[in-house]
Amino acid sequence: MLEIFGIFVLCLLVITAVAIVRTPDLFTAVMLTGIFSLLMATTFFLLDAVDVALTEAAVGAGIATVLLLAALALTAERERPDPDARRRIPLLAVASTGVVIVYATLQKPRLGDPDAPVQQHLGAFYLEQTEAQFEIPNVVTAVLGSFRGYDTFGETLVVFTAALGVLFLLARIREPRDPAFGTPTGLRHHLIPQVVGRAVIPFVVLFGLYVQFHGEYGPGGGFQAGAIVAAGIILFSLLEGEKSARRVLPPFVLLGLMSAGVLIYGGVGLVCLFLGGNFLDYSVLATDPVAGRQLGLLLIELGVGVTVVGVLLSIFHAFASREV
Amino acid sequence: MATVLDALSWVFLTLGGAFIFIGGVGLVRMPTFYARLHASSLTDSAGTILILAGLVCQVSAGIDAFKLLATLAFLLVTGPTASYALANAALLAGVPTDAQSVDDDDGQGDAVHGQNGGETRIDNLRPNPAEQED
Repeated sequence: MLEIFGIFVLCLLVITAVAIVRTPDLFTAVMLTGIFSLLMATTFFLLDAVDVALTEAAVGAGIATVLLLAALALTAERERPDPDARRRIPLLAVASTGVVIVYATLQKPRLGDPDAPVQQHLGAFYLEQTEAQFEIPNVVTAVLGSFRGYDTFGETLVVFTAALGVLFLLARIREPRDPAFGTPTGLRHHLIPQVVGRAVIPFVVLFGLYVQFHGEYGPGGGFQAGAIVAAGIILFSLLEGEKSARRVLPPFVLLGLMSAGVLIYGGVGLVCLFLGGNFLDYSVLATDPVAGRQLGLLLIELGVGVTVVGVLLSIFHAFASREV
Repeated sequence: MATVLDALSWVFLTLGGAFIFIGGVGLVRMPTFYARLHASSLTDSAGTILILAGLVCQVSAGIDAFKLLATLAFLLVTGPTASYALANAALLAGVPTDAQSVDDDDGQGDAVHGQNGGETRIDNLRPNPAEQED
């Protein structure tokens, strides 16, 4: 039964992807990209990768759509047709790569095969050692935070660097001098969304905090939580206006959040060094190694969540504060 | 008891799926944007309630049922608000409310049908249509 669902969702993915490529209206393409992200989240969920599904839904279907719409507001709404474009060579390149990939998948083991190489070596090690070393149920968080902690540190730094790049290109740190900038959002008759937003946004942020601290016991963690909290605050910015949002969370606070998250992560690693262990070896953080590892996971997830909130909000404000 | 719950959830889920399907048909077949939005938002609310009710019959009462009901409450609050925001944005952006342009002899339109053959404009949204210039 699940195979039928999986194949159905994959067919929808193909249809959506073709539609995204073929439509000349960029607004439609952005909406279809959101639908594509949601379908990918469903695919991940069907494959039992719930953490990834949560992240994809929050970031891809939520925040990326908003950022793409903001970028669309700064550029054109329709794709400029290019009649001279040579389509043969790209088509040949994509088709040959596709054929090679399909040929490679003929060799792959059956989905869920217990004898597959991916289940044997490190996979079994992670599954056993998570219970032994951390005593938490969620293996994904243990792998993300500790067994591959260096990689997650690199991920956090990549996210931070992406925000730096966007800010260098687009940001205004001071408010622009345009007198219209201070007026409330141009939405007329926006009372209903404002009232509902005021009722809903606290619960969204609360849910983000729940996901943050629940990462060790269920799907969750820093990336998802950061995306959810950022989505709530972006909703606030959309409803109340850019000036109000900049007053509530000024840009220097967002820069501080971005940097503080990375500093927390690296700082935990350095503290572990000073306490006698290796870099990011959390077992030295407390007298009991298991408690130390749990504490270390909690702290680095906090760092990741704080960085993601700062990054997403900085990028959003960089787009939204630009004059159209 | 279990079979009663099973039968109930069969009924709810099938009805919910039927509503969503009807909404999908409406999305494709309705003539104007507002009719499409109306079709999809009504059937989405009904379908959401029915599908989540069907799921509630399947899980154990307690925290699981509460999570589903909390999801339902959130969706019931945000779904119609989103539809309202869409319709509002479309109206203010000038999406035409008629399938074809309204044929007025005297060239005077009212606030909904507009003067330019079916297009609403920002400056047309005044309480007294008789005061429109041009």
